[in-house]
Amino acid sequence: MKDPMHILIAGYGGQGILFSGKVIAYAGLIDGKEVSWLPSYGPEMRGGSANCTICLSKDPIASPYIEFPEFFVAMNQLAFNKFASTVEEGGMVVYDSAIINGATERKDMQIFGIDAVTLAEDSGLKGLANMVMTGKLFKELSFCAFDSLEKAVVKCVPEGRTQLIELNLKAIQLGIEN
Amino acid sequence: MAEKIIMKGNEALAEAAISAGCRHFFGYPITPQTEVAAHMAKRLPQIGGTFLQAESEIAAINMVLGAAAAGVRAMTSSSSPGVSLKSEGISYLAGCDLPCLIVNVQRGGPGLGGIQPAQSDYFHATRSTGHGDFHILVFAPATVQEMADLVAGAFSLADKYRMPAMVLADGMLGQMMEPVVLPEGDSNPPPPKPWAVNGHKNIRSHNIINSLYLEPNDLERTVVERYARYEEVKRTEQQAEEYLCSDAEIFLVSYGATSRIVKSAVVKARAEGIKAGLIRPITLFPFPDAYIDKYVGQAKVFLSVEMSMGQMIDDIRLAVNGRKPVAFFGRTGGVLPTPDEVLGKIREIAGGVK
Repeated sequence: MKDPMHILIAGYGGQGILFSGKVIAYAGLIDGKEVSWLPSYGPEMRGGSANCTICLSKDPIASPYIEFPEFFVAMNQLAFNKFASTVEEGGMVVYDSAIINGATERKDMQIFGIDAVTLAEDSGLKGLANMVMTGKLFKELSFCAFDSLEKAVVKCVPEGRTQLIELNLKAIQLGIEN
Repeated sequence: MAEKIIMKGNEALAEAAISAGCRHFFGYPITPQTEVAAHMAKRLPQIGGTFLQAESEIAAINMVLGAAAAGVRAMTSSSSPGVSLKSEGISYLAGCDLPCLIVNVQRGGPGLGGIQPAQSDYFHATRSTGHGDFHILVFAPATVQEMADLVAGAFSLADKYRMPAMVLADGMLGQMMEPVVLPEGDSNPPPPKPWAVNGHKNIRSHNIINSLYLEPNDLERTVVERYARYEEVKRTEQQAEEYLCSDAEIFLVSYGATSRIVKSAVVKARAEGIKAGLIRPITLFPFPDAYIDKYVGQAKVFLSVEMSMGQMIDDIRLAVNGRKPVAFFGRTGGVLPTPDEVLGKIREIAGGVK
């Protein structure tokens, strides 16, 4: 497993970007790593965009702000256009091919598309494309133990909404299988 | 030990304030400290506390003054432009010898500035948080864990010395999530406050809390007495972390979010055989000059790294007192320095001191 790992997730507000990020950070914590999660809170957030950066590391994390992430999860076209060019050489992009044109001139990184929005909707998991994407990232990157990912979902779902645990786990499974 | 959870710095700070016995929060919203107030708005009503969103920052700090005068642990929270507005009230709190907690989750300035992290309120916090001769205690967390851990001490020392305390954080520490173990229970109860202006059913003479002294000799006496307390604070309450200092020759001095970046630059410099070390002030007032003094003999140079144009560097210079050179590297306006930028500056200095 690569160490440290810097992951950027970006898209619209309301897509569950910050939640996905928290699940990944929690999974890292359960794996015994140092973790950080930093959301965008700039003016772009007022325009409806959301992104967060997660660092997973065996060493203490100096700065949670990462200019050039190694791993990027794109949840809309705007985010793909803005951040795909910032991914480090040899890095990885996972994007929602149901809503994003993933054409890029870069040949120095791995690119994986998954029809996350349609897969989620077809399985009765509308609104959980974020977790399908998280599952896909897990499949391609295995950023944590699978067991830790499951536990992280349980940690992150708010009390009183526990019915969402199973749905989130289903969505992750969809991402892993596709 | 309590469970490690992942939380935003702002939320961890708010929860720690509740653990430290704070039940009175007065504030006015501003990015990037919003979650402090949001957390208090959710939690305080559940436990019989008071959350009040005031009509302005000025109103909020004066409500803190009232609550503190009544003897309770009270706090307010804001970010740079909002803390400027509180300045008058903070001066009155200091003039009334009232303990309280003020949180500044700094953003870039001057003016409305920006909303990204900065450390450009160092002078405001340590030199002149308002008009008149006074100081406040200033604590500088560097992790989400410290956002929680420094709160109880801030309240407790504020009570002990009867002076306002500030947690000087920044947008990065406030907004980021990290694992944190929250302090458990009310481990740090407030001491008796016989000076408080509260109901007493006529069993004692009445207390007066006031900062107006029209007779100059009276005013001078209160200020001189207060400065005697500040001297004790400087003698006994300095806190700093020493990192790779024992054999260091280049001493970086950095606090808060920036110190994390500097720590990583120090590790990289060490890997190149440069003897770098870090002194990380945890208290900014009192500035930990004893830690500077301890290493001034072995140091070839000090390097202040800040998210400002150079403010803490003045305190380092005062502590070094001309005995060694003091260099500076900073970014400002909401820009975080990168470890590589800091490393570049260390290399440049190392080349110069050979």
